[in-house]
Amino acid sequence: MPDTQALVNDFLNKLKKRKIEGSQATAKQTAELLRSVISQTRVPYTNQAGALIDSVKAVGERLIAANPVELAVGNIVRRVLHIIREEDLSLTTAAMAGLNLSAVSDDEDDTDRDDHPVLSAAAVAAASRSTLRPPSLQTLLEDVPDSAAVPHTSSSGGDSEGKSKSADKSSRSRKLKHDVIEAVNELIQDINTCHEQIAEQAVEHIHQNEVILTLGSSRTVLEFLCAAKEKKRSFRVFVAEGAPRYQGHLLAKELVARGLQTTLITDSAVFAMISRVNMVIVGAHAVMANGGVIAPVGLNMVALAAQKHAVPFVVLAGSHKLCPLYPHNPEVLLNELRSPSELLDFGEFSDLMDFGSGKGAPLLHVVNPTFDYVPPKLVSLFITDTGGHNPSYMYRLIADYYSADDLVVQRRPTSGN
Amino acid sequence: MGAQKKGAAARVSEDAEDLARHPLQAILLADSFTTKFRPITLERPKVLLPLANIPMIDYTLAWLESAGVEEVFVFCCAHSKQVINYLENSEWSSHPNFSVSTIESHDSTGAGDALRLIYERHVIHGDFVLISGDTVSNMSLTQALQEHKERRKKDSNAVMTMVVKKSKHSPITQQSRLGTDELFMAINPDTKELLCYEDKAEYSKGFISLDKTLIADNPSIVLHNDKQDCYIDICSEEVLSIFTDNFDYQHLRRHFVKGLLVDDLMGYKIFTHEIHSSYAARIDNFRSYDTVSKDIIQRWTYPFVPDVLCGNSAIKVERQGTYRASEVTLSRSAQICPFTVIGQGTKIGNDTKISHSVIGEGCSIGSNVTIEGSYVWNNVTIEDGCQLRHAIVCDGVIMKSGAVLEPGVVLSFKVVVGKQFVVPAYSMVSLLQQPTQQDSDEELEYADSSSAITGAVDKVNGDATSDLSETRYGPTSELGTGGVGYIWSIFEGGNDEEWRHSVAPIPTDKLAKIMLEKDKDEELLTQDGNVVSPSGDLKSDSDGNASDNNDNEGSYVSFEKEVEATFLRAVLENHEVDNAILEVNGLRLSYNLASVDCAGAIFYSMMKWAVESSHNARASELHKNAAAIITKWKKLLKYYLHGIDEEIEVILKFEEICLESCREFSPLFPQILHLLYDKEIIQEEAILRWADEKEGADESDKVFVRQSESFLQWLREAEEEEDEEEEEEEEEK
Repeated sequence: MPDTQALVNDFLNKLKKRKIEGSQATAKQTAELLRSVISQTRVPYTNQAGALIDSVKAVGERLIAANPVELAVGNIVRRVLHIIREEDLSLTTAAMAGLNLSAVSDDEDDTDRDDHPVLSAAAVAAASRSTLRPPSLQTLLEDVPDSAAVPHTSSSGGDSEGKSKSADKSSRSRKLKHDVIEAVNELIQDINTCHEQIAEQAVEHIHQNEVILTLGSSRTVLEFLCAAKEKKRSFRVFVAEGAPRYQGHLLAKELVARGLQTTLITDSAVFAMISRVNMVIVGAHAVMANGGVIAPVGLNMVALAAQKHAVPFVVLAGSHKLCPLYPHNPEVLLNELRSPSELLDFGEFSDLMDFGSGKGAPLLHVVNPTFDYVPPKLVSLFITDTGGHNPSYMYRLIADYYSADDLVVQRRPTSGN
Repeated sequence: MGAQKKGAAARVSEDAEDLARHPLQAILLADSFTTKFRPITLERPKVLLPLANIPMIDYTLAWLESAGVEEVFVFCCAHSKQVINYLENSEWSSHPNFSVSTIESHDSTGAGDALRLIYERHVIHGDFVLISGDTVSNMSLTQALQEHKERRKKDSNAVMTMVVKKSKHSPITQQSRLGTDELFMAINPDTKELLCYEDKAEYSKGFISLDKTLIADNPSIVLHNDKQDCYIDICSEEVLSIFTDNFDYQHLRRHFVKGLLVDDLMGYKIFTHEIHSSYAARIDNFRSYDTVSKDIIQRWTYPFVPDVLCGNSAIKVERQGTYRASEVTLSRSAQICPFTVIGQGTKIGNDTKISHSVIGEGCSIGSNVTIEGSYVWNNVTIEDGCQLRHAIVCDGVIMKSGAVLEPGVVLSFKVVVGKQFVVPAYSMVSLLQQPTQQDSDEELEYADSSSAITGAVDKVNGDATSDLSETRYGPTSELGTGGVGYIWSIFEGGNDEEWRHSVAPIPTDKLAKIMLEKDKDEELLTQDGNVVSPSGDLKSDSDGNASDNNDNEGSYVSFEKEVEATFLRAVLENHEVDNAILEVNGLRLSYNLASVDCAGAIFYSMMKWAVESSHNARASELHKNAAAIITKWKKLLKYYLHGIDEEIEVILKFEEICLESCREFSPLFPQILHLLYDKEIIQEEAILRWADEKEGADESDKVFVRQSESFLQWLREAEEEEDEEEEEEEEEK
């Protein structure tokens, strides 16, 4: 495990030093790291899901602490935890189904497995405690009769059921880890393709001769606009430059390179231009459970302008940006203050930062926040890789991706990892 | 075929050199070799002092790590054990791709010694970053490194790239921001080569001089006084060997940089790299400690700010830039103003007001306490009703109720301040007594007394528990009832200069004084300017000249001594004449004098040697000796005699010698003059002009003219004869 430990430390360090930019890259790397953590974790004979959850939590807690502002890290950790629970649950239900069959048809097999009945009692108790969680929305919708019913009966515990479950264990232990890794791979795949998934929907939203406004730079937005362009839609784009980092300049460059008619404006000109705009399309840093958006600084102003002129305000967000937390949760760090040097040149203003004269306190204070919070009522539509959603639907979407138990990622005190 | 192969092989090896990329290395000096942080540095090395609750060295290491440095050698000297222990127990010892190793020394007295020691270890291969452990920066090294490498490819003499930062010029900014002296740099704006580096400490007279060859060699020179030296250098391997060759180099700037700039034999060059948006500053004294702390709190050093740097004991930035750790017990009525850092486990009582301050971990602060612009380190107890203004309070200090710290106070470790006691402004208080042994040279002082002091520290630490009662008796009176510690008398600078480097803001009256001086300077400047114009003020002109002359005289005397020493060495060690010329040339450049002065000085040394080498004062032997020396070294002398003026100067010098330093020569004056004429060192025209000049002088001045009257007579006749002959010849034609 030293190998993963080094990987974890390396990644922690990168997060701490803010060396990874963009939530997609962060999400992908987090998922890959957790995958290797899972594959390196030695699964005990009993309570394997618990062991996996423990080790993922141990790493995840440190990752989240390393850069609390980058919510994508926490999102992915919770997604992976959820995957483990889901896989475990589906295996259990499969075992239940198998039991029902075997109990009727296959007596021989049953006697074979009775070779190790000693384990059964403890194992069943532990397994049922750790794996049988209240079902999520998805499971409720998908396999209604079986899974919802079976766990409850099993927890009440018929003896014969327990026996067969423990007997099934050896095959299941290998299978669980395998399934989890498969599912994490799928997650990584999803993160990789989220841009395309979102961009596919572009033609449904952008119409001929429309004017689109965006602020700053987001890869999702770029792909989205380009996808519409490729489908022979002709439209114009206004790009607000996104002070103080001016990433809008880069976006404008990219758009022009792909043959889109582009107009670059200052952030402060947004209100002046908004009346000519048909739709605002922006990226996000994170989408909170209440449908509020944490987005690059300046976007709240754009959202207000859009509301004033009844222009649709559309937020593009891959599913890794969906955060199960509410903005009022204490552990959510909404903002990060970056260096004032992005605003002004230290050399030119160093005489104002003079602490030696006067009262010893500077009169000038430069604040450079990274993010804005856009309340859900200002957002018209979210476009994620699964389609368009209303802000008020966000919490249900989130319930599909996360388990309620993982909202606070904290190790149990017993875990020695 | 063979040649081709060879070429191919060479190319391969070149490629291999490129491919075998050396990991970027850095030397971190964990000792500043100064005493500016005393008395704190008597007990703890400067690099471990907390800066917004994180040791300084962590900022430096974190920056090096993020700038892509892979291997760091930490050089520790004073309190080396503490530094090594800290590094071993910190996260740096187990970092992937970033190795930190320590080099320990006990007898280094300066950066020069440190670099020489590192050179002996042969650990540096290729370019390296030279930095001191008290530097905070967030600049990216990539571009500077790139520039450095490219220059190296073109010119192997470009050994160093110095990082500078613009700092807005205002009459007092430099002084009041970082507490450093004003710095002048001459930079070639096209090549960014550094041509001149002067800190005002040495040039307090208010003007700097540039070698005229600089102006001749460079098409344009920009003279800056708004640049701040960041003390981050990218050096080539040669720098270490230069230090080894010049065993007297100690100080990085004063000796090394200036040495390289003056020395034109080896032709080493230093370049500058200016950073704009990123931050870099060195903590040199208490004032820069204050300034850099505030810059960090204002996040100029992002991402090296407290909430990012210490990931584990979560510090959060709240509104208006208040940094608060997770477990702070804060009374409801306590007032925490903006730009304050509060460390973990600190308790703050009712109605306490804290503004613009840093409070460490585990402190307990009572009720009705006022803390303003102060730095309180870990585990400090401040009882009810205390007041702290612009003070530094180290670990373990106890302030009894009602104690007051006036601006600029520094309380070292574990000092106890008695009830209601008022510590006067700018006092330094320590448990240790002030070291009495003082050296005039600030740089050396530290090293000289450090061994004795560390011994004392150990003793105090050892005895602290057992002898506490005993120590309580001694200094009680100094810090009120129940107080423990000694108030140091202020010695640095002698006069009232302590406000310059203190954490407290400069008092308004001092500020006014600085401004006034500045105005005066400017007035003087304008007066000087008037001198150039015909309507100039004559008085100021003569004043200026007088001071000028005095100054030149001073430097000339030391120059003469140097030349004499050089000459003696040349004689005793049988140097070649050419080598002696080179050495004297070097001296001439460093003192910035004309060749006239050299001629005078050399002649003086020759005569002096002649006197010293003769055993008795008999005139005949003296004459013989002088003749021998002049014959042997006439080439050296001739080298500097470009014209009549220089020759006359030599004669005048000779007069002076005969009158003042070596009276033995006075009877021999005519003989030696004749000798000089014979050896074709001095032409007859010079001698005659000299005699003519002396014509109108006082009688006392004419002694030697009179003495050599016969020789002069002979010269004149010879000339006339020559003239006549010429005339005759012409007539004949």
